[in-house]
Amino acid sequence: MVSTPAVEPEVVLRLTGITKRFGALTANDAISLDLRRGRVMALLGENGAGKTTLMNILFGHYVADAGHIEAFGQPLPPGSPKAALAAGICMVHQHFTLADNLSVLDNVILGTEPLWRFWTDRGRARRKLVSLAERFGLVVDPDASVGALSVGERQRVEILKALYRDARILILDEPTAVLTPQESERLFATLKLLTAEGLAIVFISHKMNEVMAASDNVGVLRGGRLVAVRRTAETNRGELAELMIGRTLKAPTVEPMAAGEPVLTLAGVTVKAGGGNGQGMLDAVDLKIRRHQIIGIAGVSGNGQSALADLVSGLIVPDAGLLEVLGNGIARTGPGAMVRCGVARIPEDRHATGLVGDMTVWENLIAERYRLPEFSRFGFLKRGAARQRAEGVIKDYDVRCPGPDAVSRLLSGGNMQKLILGRTLSYGPGLILANQPTRGLDVGAVAYVHERLLAARAGGAGILLISEDLDEILALSDQIAVIHRGRLSPPQPRSAVTIRQLGLAMAGHWTELSEVA
Amino acid sequence: MWFEPRPLPSAALRVLAPIAAVIAALALCAALIAWTGTSVAQAYVLLFQGSLGSRFALAETLTRATPLMLTGLAAAVAFRAKLWNIGAEGQLYAGALIAVMLGGGMVDLPVWALLPAALIGGALAGSALLIGPTVLKTGFGVDEVVTTLLLNFVTLLFVSMMLEGALKDPMGMGWPQSAPVLPEAELPRLIERSRLHAGLIIALLAAVALWIMNTRTTWGYEIKAVGANQAAAAFAGIPVNWVMLKVAILSGGLAGLAGASEIAGTRGYLTLDLSPGFGYSGIVVAMLAQLHPLGVVVASIFVAAIFVGADAMSRTVAVPNYIAEVLVAVSLLCVLVSAFLVRFRVRRTAARTS
Repeated sequence: MVSTPAVEPEVVLRLTGITKRFGALTANDAISLDLRRGRVMALLGENGAGKTTLMNILFGHYVADAGHIEAFGQPLPPGSPKAALAAGICMVHQHFTLADNLSVLDNVILGTEPLWRFWTDRGRARRKLVSLAERFGLVVDPDASVGALSVGERQRVEILKALYRDARILILDEPTAVLTPQESERLFATLKLLTAEGLAIVFISHKMNEVMAASDNVGVLRGGRLVAVRRTAETNRGELAELMIGRTLKAPTVEPMAAGEPVLTLAGVTVKAGGGNGQGMLDAVDLKIRRHQIIGIAGVSGNGQSALADLVSGLIVPDAGLLEVLGNGIARTGPGAMVRCGVARIPEDRHATGLVGDMTVWENLIAERYRLPEFSRFGFLKRGAARQRAEGVIKDYDVRCPGPDAVSRLLSGGNMQKLILGRTLSYGPGLILANQPTRGLDVGAVAYVHERLLAARAGGAGILLISEDLDEILALSDQIAVIHRGRLSPPQPRSAVTIRQLGLAMAGHWTELSEVA
Repeated sequence: MWFEPRPLPSAALRVLAPIAAVIAALALCAALIAWTGTSVAQAYVLLFQGSLGSRFALAETLTRATPLMLTGLAAAVAFRAKLWNIGAEGQLYAGALIAVMLGGGMVDLPVWALLPAALIGGALAGSALLIGPTVLKTGFGVDEVVTTLLLNFVTLLFVSMMLEGALKDPMGMGWPQSAPVLPEAELPRLIERSRLHAGLIIALLAAVALWIMNTRTTWGYEIKAVGANQAAAAFAGIPVNWVMLKVAILSGGLAGLAGASEIAGTRGYLTLDLSPGFGYSGIVVAMLAQLHPLGVVVASIFVAAIFVGADAMSRTVAVPNYIAEVLVAVSLLCVLVSAFLVRFRVRRTAARTS
């Protein structure tokens, strides 16, 4: 649907002066916003900028301290998700709200049928679901169990759920965070079909390229304020990035450095299935990382990255082959042994394995070293020393938190990652395992993590960088290797490979990569 | 109505909430008392007098609180590591069995060693009973709720077998009971002509020691980390299985000590009605205390007071002493609700528009 610029479609949703405070923090500061029929409005902002709070107010999860909302010209009663649903506002959350043990059809009709009736008109429901799915290209088998679906398919079910409830305004909270690039493309195609039918869409994201690809307008939030609204066609990534973080960002520069002695050597390392979290395995992997060197490991997730990371973390032992870390041949390994050798480990999942959310900042900071004389004596913790160290890390790594006694769970993703960096990097490690070090972080935090990794490299560390973000691998690595079905290609200098070659190698066409050698 | 998470609940709120919960429970149960036609005020006054109102009543309440304190601590320390030990009842009986054997002079020991041997032996018996389920859990993923719960019945049947056989008191007129322990193996009385014994001191010391362990030591740190996020603890290098085993030894040991202290302190001999469910009530005590060791002290005295006071009350007015069970259960529910309200604040839907 192409409308002439002169006739803007009508406003379907109008937020006026929305303000929300949590204690001393103003999460939303007098935000006013119009959403028009058939348009995609992207909401861009760093973690903690107030995007999610705003949407929770819109959807009735929170009540605003000031301001009001109009949907289709009618005022929307605050604090009532039911009223929001009745007005045709539906939200697809970042973390899906589906029942894994039910079928797709059951999930979609769940909550739309009165509970006291003993039958449901499944035939009609199925017809409606199938016709919606066809109309918008959201192909899913209605009888499939949701537990068996891929992440991309589950998201389609979530969108179908919204459409089934006759959504006219659809809110997508970070919809691409869990999708592969191909799945994201598909999602954007679906959004085009939806807007063509007159739906209005709010698309929350902090990824610039997606905002550019998928939206008509973009609103930028920073520190709870709406700092700008732009037509997507009239802006560019650079301007948006500056608006979002409030300053200019420079791309990381990797100074060429002479590689030093080896810090990690893998020779014919094999890990059979069932090791670690059971995901993937390693098949006769050879790898050497030297001081002042970043080796990037590219690959589609689930091809053995977890096993490689678990190996270097000390969580699993090789079934065959040789593993040498900083000159120590490691026979009986363990996370503690790795830490004592001088390995800094940045885990893939901050929440699940990086930090204990219910413990305080200082407690988390000593997790790897609480038994060393630095932090305990005769089994008693040196709480003073631990707190002091926490204060040092908070200052040196710019962790935004109320203090050493803050509960880690309440920190934003970027600050959690800074905490993990502070826990490991401040001891001058010889080897760093950086497993997805920037996943889910906003632009500012990504730049910060990269800066720290490069500083550690300059300080003499060798870095094993495992990432699914090709841009990141290309920006930081001295050498790049591709992992596919547990096998690792020989590393190639970054200057010698192209994105296309990497993409083919990730799909298993290794000859592409070895030709450059 | 909507629940909004509170960013950081204040200390005052966390202390006042359980008190408010208990008051709410008393108010709710007032309806039941009124239903029997008794004056609510009279019933509660009698309950209070019967549990805390005199030297004798207080001594009786503290006597009853002693085993509850120990089983409550057993549950609290295990639950903190998310080791769901439901087997304190069986561990208590295992502790009592060993205590009565050692204290009864079955092994040739010097006289001064009888009491320590009975207490330590009882504690170790409780530990031993929990080690099995814990190893099965950490090694093979066997659900410890099932194994510890079922071991209660196994232990009880085993004790019954012993009381009918090897340990049966020849002077017991055929009753299934053991011979009494030697006088040297008895815990000293704290108050003349009451049943209150030095087991209370042991329980209080255990509570303080656990509190210090939780807040000040590497053990407490490990237990908290393993309980709150086992994967992250393992990643950081905390030996998760070893921590679980330490917790099992502590938890089982405390429950076993409860049994040993009942033998050495109040009964002197072992029967099958040694414990009116102290092991299970310990779970309630731990939950009431929100797993805080010092909270366990308060909660165990509270629960004991309700039971002792209700017995006294039922002798005077027409309220059956079952009201004690109801009061404790309602208190637990109220405390759980109050814990929820400490974490979340209630928002009215229609409030605050401008």
